[in-house]
Amino acid sequence: MSIKRREKDLTLLEKMYIPEIVKGLSLTLKTMFKPKFTLKYPEEKFIPSGSYRGRPVLVQEDDGRERCVACGLCSRVCPALAIEVQAAETDLEKERYPEKFEINMIRCIFCGFCEEVCPEEAIVMSKDYEMAFTNREEAIYGKDKLLVPVEQLQDRIDFLRKYK
Amino acid sequence: MNVWEILGFAALKIFIVVQLMLLTVSYLVYFERRISAWAQNRLGPNRVGWEGVLQPFADVLKLLLKEDIVPAQANRTIHTLAPIIALFVAFTTYAVIPFGPTINVFDFSIPLVVADVNIGILYVLALTSLGVYAITFAGWSSGSKYSLLGGIRSSAQMISYEISMGFSIGGILLLSESLRPLAIVQSQGQWMWNAWIQPIGFITFVVSAFAETNRLPFDLPEAEPELVGGFHTEYSSMKFAGFFLAEYANMIVASGLIVTLYLGGYNIPFFNIETLGLPVWITVLISIGAFLFKMAALLFFFIWVRWSLPRFRYDQLMSLGWKVMFPLSLINIIWVAALIMIFNL
Repeated sequence: MSIKRREKDLTLLEKMYIPEIVKGLSLTLKTMFKPKFTLKYPEEKFIPSGSYRGRPVLVQEDDGRERCVACGLCSRVCPALAIEVQAAETDLEKERYPEKFEINMIRCIFCGFCEEVCPEEAIVMSKDYEMAFTNREEAIYGKDKLLVPVEQLQDRIDFLRKYK
Repeated sequence: MNVWEILGFAALKIFIVVQLMLLTVSYLVYFERRISAWAQNRLGPNRVGWEGVLQPFADVLKLLLKEDIVPAQANRTIHTLAPIIALFVAFTTYAVIPFGPTINVFDFSIPLVVADVNIGILYVLALTSLGVYAITFAGWSSGSKYSLLGGIRSSAQMISYEISMGFSIGGILLLSESLRPLAIVQSQGQWMWNAWIQPIGFITFVVSAFAETNRLPFDLPEAEPELVGGFHTEYSSMKFAGFFLAEYANMIVASGLIVTLYLGGYNIPFFNIETLGLPVWITVLISIGAFLFKMAALLFFFIWVRWSLPRFRYDQLMSLGWKVMFPLSLINIIWVAALIMIFNL
């Protein structure tokens, strides 16, 4: 075999392996007693910070109505064509509200464009990441599933106000 | 003692040792997975039973229910024979390792070792060199180039490391003047462990033991990234489990052997347990406990090393075996011989 030149030759101590092995072993031993990164998932749940983009939801005001004015921008911007909005008129100050608001969670790619484009801060990404469905109909979330009280979304709204 | 009594006690000891070994092997797999997880900041299997303690049984059940696939190119006879040899070697080697002092039950004096034979160490060396056939056969008979490479590597590795292993044992035989494992344990006394007297031999023996059991950093026959799974690529179901069990049983045998040869067997260091005046059966139990404790510590060391060190490259493995381990074990023999000459040990 040809003799290779290294950029840095090993010192005698390194060539003896044993001190280096002891170093490696002590590192793993230390790691064994450190707190673990992983969780016992179904019992302990990961609670993300405000910057987390989970399932997009509609903000529900304290009076029980949605903030959304059914402008349809989110539906326009959605790259996966997952959002469908049908507007209707109302006597309230905002004049319009979504009669039907559906997000197809099979299509949604969690990009957060809808939230970014929304002029009313009415659709935001929540912390919810547990979405399992057994058929395609179940995957289409209507207003019943999308409306979330504003208090639960405060973290995300604060984050948006700070960084958006 | 007549023939039937001897056979009866032997059968009882074999039964207990084999059962304990099977149980230890399955729990060793569990601990390997837990310890590897802890070393990698994970939790490891904790679902089956309390903290996953029933995991081994779930694993075995899964392996038993799996389909046994034999490749079309395989040599069926040898393909089936290989895991049997592996298991046979792994379990029979333990026969000569003493796990406790001689006890007296009903006027019989029973040494706590399955077979108290004069040539115990030769027997161990002979059987562990048989173990290489299992892996080479498995690699050759699978009809797959990766398996064949694994098998060939294994035979080359075993031959290189068996030599330094044999020479390190030579140092011990010089001191104990006997090939009988019980005599070797007794020759070490309370604290004159061979590990203190001949540290070089201890290190070479431990390294060779790692290589003989095919554990990382010497698991070249398996070498997942390059050889897919090495010699057991083409094995599935209980045949694969056979190799798996054999690997862990080999670990148990290797640590039992290290405890016997270098760490004073069932003796407790710096402390004569007979001075406490406890009943005999308690002293015996404590001695067995000391042996098991030393073994458990070594098994932990085996697992710990596996999850800390990278695998050797093949040429590095060979040069380490022939250019470092072999001369070191020779130096060890000279060292022990000089000690005997100077101090009349």
